[in-house]
Amino acid sequence: MRKLLFESVFRRPLTERAPLPDDAAVAELATALGKAARRRLGRSLSIREVDAGSCNGCELEIHALNNAYYDVERFGLRFVASPRHADVLMVTGPVTKNMREALERTYHATPNPKWVVAVGDCARNGGCFAGSYAVVGGVSEVVPVDLHIPGCPPAPTAMLQGLLALFERADAGAVTS
Amino acid sequence: MPSLIDLTLEGRKVGQHRPWPRVVVDASVWTFAATELAHGRWSLLGLWGEPATVHMAIMDGQAAEIAVVSLDCPDRSFPSVGKHHPPALRLERTIHDLFGLSAEGAPDTRPWLDHNRWGVRFPLGDRIDALPKATPYGLLVAEGDGLHQIPVGPVHAGIIEPGHFRFTASGETVVRLEQRLGYVHKGIDGLMSGASLERGVHLAGRTSGDSTVAYAYAFSRAAEAALDLAVPDRAVLLRALLAELERLANHLGDIGAICNDASFALMHAHCGVLRESVLRAAGAAFGHRLMRDVIVPGGVSRDIGADGVQTIRAALDNIRLRFPALVELYDNTASLQDRTVDTGVLKPPLARQYAAGGYIGRASGRSFDARRALVYPPYDRLRFDVPTLNEGDVNARVWIRVREVEQSLSLIEQILRRLPNGPTRTEVPLGGAVREGMAVVEGFRGDVLVWLRLRNGLIERCHMRDPSWFQWPLLEAVIENNIVADFPLCNKSFNCSYSGHDL
Repeated sequence: MRKLLFESVFRRPLTERAPLPDDAAVAELATALGKAARRRLGRSLSIREVDAGSCNGCELEIHALNNAYYDVERFGLRFVASPRHADVLMVTGPVTKNMREALERTYHATPNPKWVVAVGDCARNGGCFAGSYAVVGGVSEVVPVDLHIPGCPPAPTAMLQGLLALFERADAGAVTS
Repeated sequence: MPSLIDLTLEGRKVGQHRPWPRVVVDASVWTFAATELAHGRWSLLGLWGEPATVHMAIMDGQAAEIAVVSLDCPDRSFPSVGKHHPPALRLERTIHDLFGLSAEGAPDTRPWLDHNRWGVRFPLGDRIDALPKATPYGLLVAEGDGLHQIPVGPVHAGIIEPGHFRFTASGETVVRLEQRLGYVHKGIDGLMSGASLERGVHLAGRTSGDSTVAYAYAFSRAAEAALDLAVPDRAVLLRALLAELERLANHLGDIGAICNDASFALMHAHCGVLRESVLRAAGAAFGHRLMRDVIVPGGVSRDIGADGVQTIRAALDNIRLRFPALVELYDNTASLQDRTVDTGVLKPPLARQYAAGGYIGRASGRSFDARRALVYPPYDRLRFDVPTLNEGDVNARVWIRVREVEQSLSLIEQILRRLPNGPTRTEVPLGGAVREGMAVVEGFRGDVLVWLRLRNGLIERCHMRDPSWFQWPLLEAVIENNIVADFPLCNKSFNCSYSGHDL
């Protein structure tokens, strides 16, 4: 273990430069975010991930956000264990009817101010599962959504762009206040 | 001792079912098959329904023979298989939830996937209105002095799929774990009915995200079996390349994640980097990091170029260079071994009874691997070992993954060396009026089964069975007498699919 740790002292870090925030996401957020965000939160966001019926593809890529290449924590973005610790709910999946109540309760357990980010094509409108007897549809049918990050699943870079857009709008809100 | 052939002689053979036979039997033959399963002479591969029929796929492990027996249920019931052979229980509860067919004499008749939230009962059978009020789910009881319950989920503390776990503990020791699943039920079986093959394979690839290749592979092979369609050789090899890349990425991720659950984050960080290198190579070579929608009936939808081959080779070289040091680190860290050795032991007889596939079975003495036992191409021409251990603990499940990483590296190398030139896709004919096909493909977590019936080229009925169906109940068994804090380790070393199971 010492050797591995020693090597990493000298090796160049694998972490990559941050992508630019996604323009479309910035535009979507312009209407969604109030001025209070930046002031209240500083430059950190705690994220509670909720799988509301996904195939687990989105979760795999959300996991990847924590690896050395993307390293989301350097932006102050952090995945937390409880909705009570969270500022952002990151929701995936075409909300299944069996998960609807759990999602609602998780949303209500999250303190204000809070934002909901719907990740993946299914979370937008049910994707290829839309119309099933067991599926509600997009996340916005159940809880208000502030930002959609499309993809099946979105690549980690796309998610990072969306989350950085969330920051950027929060910053802009602070400037105008 | 009867062979599967004898069993199939007892029934009326269905003409258009490939590649294994399907026979319609009567209730006595059905029950006879169930008791033979209970005696361990055959293994249960699958049990699924239709509005007025139930089907059971059985395998004779010795001879690697497979047969499907079907029973008509005009009075909406069939003799329970689970009464004799417990691995069938959850499948029977599901058949009742979806089709309204009851398993006569079944010891457990509680609903399974149906949480009374769909607004309808028996959605794939004769639909009726939902119950006016949801009755509480009757969890099994454990009684005794000082026992307490710990409810967990469906929303967990980590980034994982939803499911409910109810622990009954005595102090730190778990005396019973009961699972409640079905939260991610999306009604995929229902969506498949009437769909085109194109939509079908799209849905199959979204059944379980980490096995998107395995599902598209199994679905395509089942459709091709039904249509008696041969796939170009380049596509045959590319499919195995995709499957091995998927196995490699998932095993690397799992090895790191298991160590992380023992608070050994260094392994997690390094394995995460290797996993990412596989996903990036896959993204560069096939245009999608998880290789979604690449395998389709008739072949593959995307070919790989010379630069794609180059990228994959570079990723493999990097893994070959870095992985051995990580294996050594795992093997030489006493604090980590202390958590994994002798934790969550799955005894070989139980693995055999449940026909547990993948690393779970192979860490508990069951050497079944569909690539070897059912030899589908191109694995008949590739050299590889199927690692097997008998300890059945978390440590053994890590080692099976380590060995399989090495095997996949070798397989990918062989595939790239043999990759022939030529077309990658062939035209899919509409086929006759009714065609049935079946396939079993080795995904990273075990054998994925797909059975389908086509009518005039459209899917009339498709059933997909995830390996997790027979692995989830075993997790309940192995956690017993372990401490609560070791549950994440046990769970992660199983890594069962929720979405693939709930469907």
